[in-house]
Amino acid sequence: MVMFDYKIVEDVAKELYIRALCDLPPDVRDALNKAYLKESNSTAKEIFKTIFKTIEVADKHGTLICQDTGLPIYMLKIGSDFPWNGHKIKSSLYKGAERATKEFPFRGSSTHPLTRVNPQTSVGEGLPVIYFDFLGKTDHLEILMVPKGSGSENMSKMKMFYPAHGVSALKKFVIDTVFETGANPCPPGIIGVGIGGTADLVMKLAKEAIVRPVGQRNQDSVIAELEEELEDAINSMGRGPMGLGGDITTLAVHIETAFTHITQNPIAVNTQCWAARRARATIFPDGLIEYGY
Amino acid sequence: MTTHHLDTPFSNKTIKQLQAGDIVFFSGTLFGLRDLTQIYMFDQNNKPPVSLEGMPCIHTAPSLRKVGDKWEKICIGTTTSTRMERFTPELIGEYGVKAIIGKGGLYEGSLEAMKKYGAVYLAIVGGSAALETDQIEEVEDVYWEHLHPEALYKFRVKDFGPLTVAMDSHGNNLYDDVKEETRKRLPKIYHQLGISE
Repeated sequence: MVMFDYKIVEDVAKELYIRALCDLPPDVRDALNKAYLKESNSTAKEIFKTIFKTIEVADKHGTLICQDTGLPIYMLKIGSDFPWNGHKIKSSLYKGAERATKEFPFRGSSTHPLTRVNPQTSVGEGLPVIYFDFLGKTDHLEILMVPKGSGSENMSKMKMFYPAHGVSALKKFVIDTVFETGANPCPPGIIGVGIGGTADLVMKLAKEAIVRPVGQRNQDSVIAELEEELEDAINSMGRGPMGLGGDITTLAVHIETAFTHITQNPIAVNTQCWAARRARATIFPDGLIEYGY
Repeated sequence: MTTHHLDTPFSNKTIKQLQAGDIVFFSGTLFGLRDLTQIYMFDQNNKPPVSLEGMPCIHTAPSLRKVGDKWEKICIGTTTSTRMERFTPELIGEYGVKAIIGKGGLYEGSLEAMKKYGAVYLAIVGGSAALETDQIEEVEDVYWEHLHPEALYKFRVKDFGPLTVAMDSHGNNLYDDVKEETRKRLPKIYHQLGISE
């Protein structure tokens, strides 16, 4: 049996957190550039220019794009052709996130929910958020890291509609959420929508929706059509970048779905700000690491 | 849309010139504060050890590093202002703060105080901390260190901006105007999406 050094996972967990905070994915940059070209409002155009300048400064100095280093989320896909040790992976992610915070160093935002004591580690009970999934016929471990800032996360909403409310209620929920949350989630970002599942699964689907690269549509053509329809509708609202008016209110609407109960019609919206940060790594059993987004 | 290049402190005359939609850059002193700083000030009755008269305050929780007794910047950005609404009228009325810098805007109570005492809300581009950090020349002082990263900070800035005058001292609120414009468009959007209201 191959002996794998889990220190590699810890180092990668640290590196991914820092990469995600400093280097905006190319698909997000492209989407912002395209959005700027479509924008006609002068205030909004100024906002886009400031966004580009920010990205430029972060690239040049290798610094954090946004001050909110968020709560760390790690989404894992574990290949089944290698005996990965889940427990060791979990503790390595915890240590990696803590090391990123202390060694970079940046502000830790994790806090006890009642005492509000902040250990300045970005971790704590229940953190980092970790999602495990499994892949057949591969031996590698894929880790997607998402630092989730609170400006957008605080604007999350979910509702358990009934079947009688139909798809119409779901569309209205998305539009009304964007209307109500306005400037707070730092638009124009990604509107992640989960439809179906249970109360907990529907929000997880919305979270999966915000990490999909901008420009990719849901593979189901019916869902892809709904994404486009909602995207066009939101971009006709006039809310604009930072809620100060303009043509572009969102870069993309992404929807993820799951089967639900015959009596249920759940929906969740998880918004992502324009700084839609994420970083990805694939670790192979021989210790080779490939980084991406 | 006029672009203004200002220096701190701001006079009433300067503030009155700023109209919603204008762009502002400024140089000089900038104070940083947020939730806990203001809970400490207003709920726990602690007076700031420094005068805020005529000064701008930014809603921030910075990443700083202390080297010896000197604070160095790592990342200084802006947080959502709406959480700070409860404290803002007093911050303006009692301490003479002339500009609040943040993202997301504030509500009616703050707008009233801005009108009454002469102050503005300057919207920054949320998430643009890399640029803000670059425009902050120095962390001059940190008061109430035990509250860090939610202490009271004194920064020196150069050409800080661009900032959009989103709420002016004449009672105009750009966020509300945009929201009302969007509200008018909603029935048509619902109709196009086949939504029964």
